[in-house]
Amino acid sequence: MRAIALVVGLVALSALSGCGYNRIQGQDEAIKANWSEVLNQYQRRADLVPNLVATVKGFAAQEQAVLLGVTEARAKVGTIQATPELVNDAAAFKKFTAAQGELSSALKSLLAVTENYPQLKSDANFLALQSQLEGTENRITVARNRYIEAVREYNVTIRSFPSNLTAKMFSYSEKPNFAVENEAAIAKPPTVEFNPAPKPAGQ
Amino acid sequence: MRRAPLLVALAPALLPGGAAGAQAPLAVPPLGARVTDLTGTLTAAEQGQLEQQLRAFEERKGTQIAVLMVASTGPEDIAQYSIRVVEAWKLGRKKVDDGVLVLVARDDHAVRIEVGYGLEGVVTDVLASRILDEAMKPLLRQGQYFAALQAGTGQLMKLIDGEPLPPPDKQWSRNPRGLWNSLPALFFVFLIGSSVLRAIFGRVGGAAVAGGGVGLIAWAISHIVFAGLGVGVLGFLLALALGLGGRGWSSGGGFGGGLGGGGFGGGGFGGGGFGGGGGFGGGGGGFGGGGASGRW
Repeated sequence: MRAIALVVGLVALSALSGCGYNRIQGQDEAIKANWSEVLNQYQRRADLVPNLVATVKGFAAQEQAVLLGVTEARAKVGTIQATPELVNDAAAFKKFTAAQGELSSALKSLLAVTENYPQLKSDANFLALQSQLEGTENRITVARNRYIEAVREYNVTIRSFPSNLTAKMFSYSEKPNFAVENEAAIAKPPTVEFNPAPKPAGQ
Repeated sequence: MRRAPLLVALAPALLPGGAAGAQAPLAVPPLGARVTDLTGTLTAAEQGQLEQQLRAFEERKGTQIAVLMVASTGPEDIAQYSIRVVEAWKLGRKKVDDGVLVLVARDDHAVRIEVGYGLEGVVTDVLASRILDEAMKPLLRQGQYFAALQAGTGQLMKLIDGEPLPPPDKQWSRNPRGLWNSLPALFFVFLIGSSVLRAIFGRVGGAAVAGGGVGLIAWAISHIVFAGLGVGVLGFLLALALGLGGRGWSSGGGFGGGLGGGGFGGGGFGGGGFGGGGGFGGGGGGFGGGGASGRW
């Protein structure tokens, strides 16, 4: 008798967890953590920019347009309040990612231009900044991929059957993800990659 | 009847195209040793020497450094491939996140040092890139792969040596610690489970099933047959004692006896079965894309 009651209790318990409430909580929290990491790395990149601009200016002051482009993109990124709540606001999210995308392409053109200044390219300070920037860009890529994966999992959960009822009941809605159009905009700058490379990077 | 062979013949041709587009990304090789050379560039002696150095370092410092050589990372950038590798291999200790991967894509002329979260402060991007530039690339350019790997890992070890990290775990204490933490929960499950099983299979049968289950779990955790057998027998006796206690839970005697006997955890796990057998596995460290890449 007691055993039967126990079994019934266990089944009831598993049914409760089957409604997906706990899963939604866990995945929502995972998104927050991943998003914070994305913000963190974007912030780190933004912090690098002033130093980088100053260093490049020392060797290539005549590249006014490119330097200005980076400074402006950096300023624009700074004006957007990057809060963790951004993930719940699709429009603000889009604006944020667009601004970051602009900074990405501005930095890409800056680095492309530096290829023309051998002296700059052998400057220890610049080399250090460049590897920091590369590392940060890579971390951003990793953080973004993890965020995309976390959002994908979450969105699948709140749209698939039993858990979608729970999600509706507690008003959990789909989260925005990094859009493909943004990716395209970021990936566009091959227009500046045609630079006459002084040496083809050691083959 | 006649179509089946045709379909079978077509299947391999259809599948890759449909599944992964034009060029499938390179698969992550299984982690079996600290030095993995998929290109056959390093001799067995060189691999052994490198492996020995890295193992000695892990035993002394706790940090896991692994080396992977591939011919090409395929359609992916070396950084993309590298993060996939470390996500699968989980080098470094859990929570300490002190793993490092040195990845060489020989025919791409690309090299990368991937640094775990816990070491990003000591092996900064700048330092990683300097190790590549100053220690590794000059040798790689001359085709001296072994010397380059030795120089690179040597520099890494020198850097990491300067960082105060938690002392290395003894091999055997790593896993039982997790086991000890889950022991109360395991016992609770065992109590309920064995009473349910006794109700279903009868006293002796239920106890046998419960004991067998516990033994299997112990075997799965410890990878030692004797530990599994010992725990299984103890579990059987304990379940039987609980059943004989008649009124179920309050049979303090049987319970205490089982525990006091050192059933769980006793000699079995300490035997060094885990990780002692020459195999190598990641400790659960996390990576976030730190490090540096370069081409030669």
